[in-house]
Amino acid sequence: MNTLLYGLMTGILFGFLLQRGQVLRYDKQLGALRFFDMTIVKFMLSSVLVGMAGVYFLKDSGLATLAVKPTILGGNIIGGLIFGIGWALLGYCPGTSLGALGEGRWDGLWGILGMLAGAALFAEAYPVIKKTVLTWGNFGAITLPQVLGINHWLIIILFAIGGILLFRWFEKKGL
Amino acid sequence: MKSSDDKKYWSPYLAGAASGLVLILSVLVTGKFFGTSTTFVRTTGMLEKIFSAERVAQMDYFVKEAPVVDWQWMFVLGIFIGSLIAAKTSGTFSWQAVPGMWQKSFGSSVSKRAVVAFIGGVIGMFGARLADGCPSGHGLSGSVQLAMSGFVSLICFFIGGALVARIIYGKEERS
Repeated sequence: MNTLLYGLMTGILFGFLLQRGQVLRYDKQLGALRFFDMTIVKFMLSSVLVGMAGVYFLKDSGLATLAVKPTILGGNIIGGLIFGIGWALLGYCPGTSLGALGEGRWDGLWGILGMLAGAALFAEAYPVIKKTVLTWGNFGAITLPQVLGINHWLIIILFAIGGILLFRWFEKKGL
Repeated sequence: MKSSDDKKYWSPYLAGAASGLVLILSVLVTGKFFGTSTTFVRTTGMLEKIFSAERVAQMDYFVKEAPVVDWQWMFVLGIFIGSLIAAKTSGTFSWQAVPGMWQKSFGSSVSKRAVVAFIGGVIGMFGARLADGCPSGHGLSGSVQLAMSGFVSLICFFIGGALVARIIYGKEERS
């Protein structure tokens, strides 16, 4: 029961911040995919930069464990590209479609219905997909520091520097 | 317009960084990373169960992702509620059937937008399940853990999305 309550509270905080950050909009999502409004990239990269430092600090302190999803190139690449196609048509991702509905952008509802249908379709195809695409290029649960063989804090610092330079460039270009 | 908007919304950097803190807190308190697309699978399973419970009980994918309400299901519901609260408290809630950018190119037909959004949802969710995550599960939680699966998927989301956005809207810049 507590787990469910924490889930709800965490979602409310996240939804609140997504709305205040103006991320829950078709125009902003397509603006990023058309490379002239980087609002969603600014939001996402900011949360990633803060999150990666905090999560790895918790991990190093023994306060949390990672839950790394396996890298299966067949699924990640083909599924990722297919997701992108749908994302550009809908203009919302699964989480933001719910949030968009919350602030009155009810075209998100068509997306939610479509996504439920898409989940049903995938469940039908899963037995075949499991034996084919999801066996192509399975590397298990690997992380970038493992692949490069360098310390994770070095990578986090490099990401932070790269992120800040990118943000400065966005602001200079008015993106 | 601009100045009143500035008070109602936050900088995407600030809202994003705060979301990063919420993620860290979630990982510390409950060990849960953000994700949303599995919830659509569980919900579809719940709906299908109404019609054929026996069939659902035998389907591989619904055995893997059981049709139950869990932490993530409540998290996704929370995104809706959080967005609603943020929109109502800042006076930015407004019903909108067709996004502005869409309307400029494709007109104000609600059914036209509905059809494309629905199809986008179907394709997007199929892709997300194939990739084993969406922009929250892979893009946010995956990147935060420096997971290879997260980076590969996120890059593919943007490649697929940018290609289709280009096909839909052509090369023209923002007007």
